Amino acid sequence: MKKTYNINNKGYYGEFGGAFIPEMLYPNVEELRQNYLKIMAEPTFQDEFNQLLKDYVGRPSPLYYAKRLSKKYNTKVYLKREDLNHTGAHKVNNTVGQILMAKRLGKTRIIAETGAGQHGVATATVCALMGIECIVYMGEIDIARQAPNVARMKMLGAQVRPALSGSRTLKDATNEAIRDWINNPVDTHYIIGSAIGPHPYPDMVTKFQSIISEEIKWQLKEKEGKEDPEYVVACIGGGSNAAGTYYHFLDNENVGIIAVEAAGKGIHSGESAATSVLGKEGIIHGCKTLLMQTLDGQITEPYSISAGLDYPGVGPLHSHLYKSGRGEFYSATDDEAMTAGLELAQLEGIIPAIETSHALAIFEHKTFKPDDIVVISLSGRGDKDLQNYIDYFKL
Amino acid sequence: MTLKQVQGDDNKNMNRINQKLQENKKLLSIYFTAGYPNIDDTVRVIKDLEKSGVDMIEIGLPFSDPLADGPTIQASSTAALKNGMTTETLFKQLKDIRQTVTIPLIIMGYFNPVLQYGVEDFCKKCQDIGIDGLILPDLPADVYDEAYKATFEKYGLINVFLITPQTSNERIRYIDSISNGFIYMVSSASTTGAKSGFGNTQTDYFERINSMNLKNPQIVGFGISNNDTFTQATQYAKGAIIGSAFIKHLTHNGITTIDKFVRSIL
Repeated sequence: MKKTYNINNKGYYGEFGGAFIPEMLYPNVEELRQNYLKIMAEPTFQDEFNQLLKDYVGRPSPLYYAKRLSKKYNTKVYLKREDLNHTGAHKVNNTVGQILMAKRLGKTRIIAETGAGQHGVATATVCALMGIECIVYMGEIDIARQAPNVARMKMLGAQVRPALSGSRTLKDATNEAIRDWINNPVDTHYIIGSAIGPHPYPDMVTKFQSIISEEIKWQLKEKEGKEDPEYVVACIGGGSNAAGTYYHFLDNENVGIIAVEAAGKGIHSGESAATSVLGKEGIIHGCKTLLMQTLDGQITEPYSISAGLDYPGVGPLHSHLYKSGRGEFYSATDDEAMTAGLELAQLEGIIPAIETSHALAIFEHKTFKPDDIVVISLSGRGDKDLQNYIDYFKL
Repeated sequence: MTLKQVQGDDNKNMNRINQKLQENKKLLSIYFTAGYPNIDDTVRVIKDLEKSGVDMIEIGLPFSDPLADGPTIQASSTAALKNGMTTETLFKQLKDIRQTVTIPLIIMGYFNPVLQYGVEDFCKKCQDIGIDGLILPDLPADVYDEAYKATFEKYGLINVFLITPQTSNERIRYIDSISNGFIYMVSSASTTGAKSGFGNTQTDYFERINSMNLKNPQIVGFGISNNDTFTQATQYAKGAIIGSAFIKHLTHNGITTIDKFVRSIL
């Protein structure tokens, strides 16, 4: 059998993944597991999904040759413009897919967790589109630092419930969403926003996001006469934009896979979210993966200036890419990311989300050859982060 | 030696949980979080619960992210961790517990701390101390069956699984087949401490489970907080578990009036 980095039929990527869930969640997760591939393969589902991606999301998103950035770093940089999607990030690819899934499963109530608020907005958006009740859990700290997205969710008719436990960020919002699902097992679908959670979530989210690499292939063929870049680069919190950016290149080892995590104030500063370096194998939110924890198995509180990367784990696919050596993992500090974000604004006229700025900081850590084609996932736009940029640069 | 062989040998070697389940009475089991309200309260709480007539104790090993628990048990876990509770500390506290306490003791927690300690080391330590069983809600039945059942049995530990009103009959049969103590019958679809009291939905569910004639007796948990709900639940089951209501009692009254709480239930 050909070597594959993709998921196996038991829901594992190598040793990572699975479904470590309390029995209360078993029927919901099992229902999804039994149906998701079947539903995704239905022609009517695909038609509706593709139509919405085209007419509502605005896909295909451009693959943009960043001339001045390329010149500065003496290599060929393409930006995959997920920031131009409706709602301003890649997150909507997944929520469009999952809302159609939820409808086919007969669900009438949607819950979601959100960190930066991008997934919350993307979920609130598709719920408004379909006329379905929407509840978004968001850490109290994130509510404070992502005020514009909170307002957007409310305007879209969603209820935003603060997660008050633990570090009051993404991890805790996810805990609250899972508890909601336990308490509402029949009518509710949980739209997880990242490539995390119990099987089949990491695989389902990855497949909905795989449109990113599917487009990169044909767009690059048009522009460069070949489908495969030398490298694909993405930032990683839980890892959904990364999973989508890598997906069609996973088993093509000619394409280098690069992940950039959030180092926060420095990997060993005690305020970091660089899971591949600081994490160890364990169980978080229903899957076996690398996560930041104490020796005693208590999950620790991560830190990053970016709310979307402020998560103590990475998706199981990424743990596998790291452990197997298939992926190159780097981490960018707050300062490196902010600087890279400002640089993109001034070289290319694009203000990126702070999450995305971490991916752009790759040039601080790796030198590419002049002929290398480097595709960077520009996962989101920076409007929501304007206040953070203002405070940081005293603009 | 498997547990079944042990059971066959003689009553003295039988797991305390199985012995207790043979008694001709309804059982009261109490959950509390180790290291709560204060780090050194663990042993005192266990002793007082036994003296007050409780039949079985679930010792909560606190976890940072307790997904299946409502706010009361979450808060007690957070407090216990702040107090400095660790797996090693709990084992140290319980080292001599069997010199005085004879009722079944179960450790209830989440799988990650056990995984980090090392599943086999954890089980061995439990056997050394005299722990009789484990409840790990996020260790799924199929993973247990495939990867850990042999280890648990090697150290004489009973693993207790949960079922809920949504659990299919087929899966209940499967869970019954890999269980060798009792089945934890979660009364309603909820996290701990969310609801109190039982309606027709619950009693229909209890009756449905009763009619399945499972090999393992059932003990009801979630939603039991007083004499009324205890009496109601045990009409349909071998016993009942109280968690959040007891934690609330500790929060408001400290550890000096445990007997009063137990008397109000029985």
